[in-house]
Amino acid sequence: MNFNPLAALLGYFALLSLFAVGGANAAIPEMHRVAVEVMHWMSDRQFADTYAIAQLSPGPNVIIVTLIGYHVAGFAGASVATIAMCGPTCTLAFFVARFWDRFKDAPWRIAIQAGLVPLSLGLIAASAFVLARAADHELVAWLITATTAAVAFWTRLNPLWIFLVAGSIGLAGWL
Amino acid sequence: MYGLHRHAAAAWLAEASGGGLGLARSAPDAPMSDQPIADPAAPPAAAAPSLSELFRSFASISVVAFGGALPWARRMIVEQRRWMTAEEFNETFSLSQFLPGPNVVNFSVVFGSRFGGASGAIVALAGLLGPPLLIVTVLAVLYARYGDIAALSRILVGIASAAAGLLIANVAKMFEPMLRKGLHFGPFVAAAGFIGVALMQWPLPLVFAVLAPASVALAWFGMRR
Repeated sequence: MNFNPLAALLGYFALLSLFAVGGANAAIPEMHRVAVEVMHWMSDRQFADTYAIAQLSPGPNVIIVTLIGYHVAGFAGASVATIAMCGPTCTLAFFVARFWDRFKDAPWRIAIQAGLVPLSLGLIAASAFVLARAADHELVAWLITATTAAVAFWTRLNPLWIFLVAGSIGLAGWL
Repeated sequence: MYGLHRHAAAAWLAEASGGGLGLARSAPDAPMSDQPIADPAAPPAAAAPSLSELFRSFASISVVAFGGALPWARRMIVEQRRWMTAEEFNETFSLSQFLPGPNVVNFSVVFGSRFGGASGAIVALAGLLGPPLLIVTVLAVLYARYGDIAALSRILVGIASAAAGLLIANVAKMFEPMLRKGLHFGPFVAAAGFIGVALMQWPLPLVFAVLAPASVALAWFGMRR
């Protein structure tokens, strides 16, 4: 690609942020598509690693874009990706907040929000699929995914404990 | 059929998205499933936060919030500091969800601007993002240097496998409330989005342009009925 990587990061994440309904986790497949398939910034495996590191860090899920940006173009890339992902929608939020009281109970507003929830559900499911396909190459890895899903659904265990177990299984060489 | 009138929809949204999008199961309280009615005996008596309080509060949320910051933000703002009632929090957060982009990041801007205008928004945002960005940047540098070490790579892939499972649990938790509240077209929209994005690997803007208007229209007619 002949793009300046910083310009590509800026344009791409600014665009993506506008379609990220349901938060950063719903945008994972699109990040994967562009970073791995289209731009070839990283391998499938590196993408899975990046997601894992973002999960290990405290803070909003959106910080995965910081990691992708750093991978592409160092500190400048990390800054540009983060600003591009947060800047436009934060600006929008700032201005819309002033008018929110006027339309928060409007039927059209509730219809839009209700209509977007099934879509974000499908997108988060797609995130799980993309991530599992990138990370799960062994039977044990699929078992980790399935077990985590069951444990997280039926209990309120802190995900860090699950990560500790899953990371230990990886360290033991079963993945 | 569609028992979806406004307030039911609003309450449902708070429930569905909070249960689904916040990963922190260890969170102090049920993430978003609480009733939007505040306890009348406990009004938000606290004074409006100063700029430095805004910064410190959001910074303290950011460093303890693993797997999504929403439940932690709710606990601090509603229960500890009492800057908002549960109802005010839900309404403010629903704005952050209504807008595109990272929800909790949007929320910090909306919350900060309510109490401190433009500087409040900037300060809350800086508090929420600053510490995690420092931490994640250190991790990025370490990964760039040591990511090729086989043991580290195996640990991370184990964690990624588990993280995929967390997302599946999230989807499962969002699913039942969606049906219960009367969005019967929801599974079809979700399935179409999944197929388009995960299996066909179509660009998100394209999938969005087709499915979002259709889904909103279905929700609209469901409410009117």
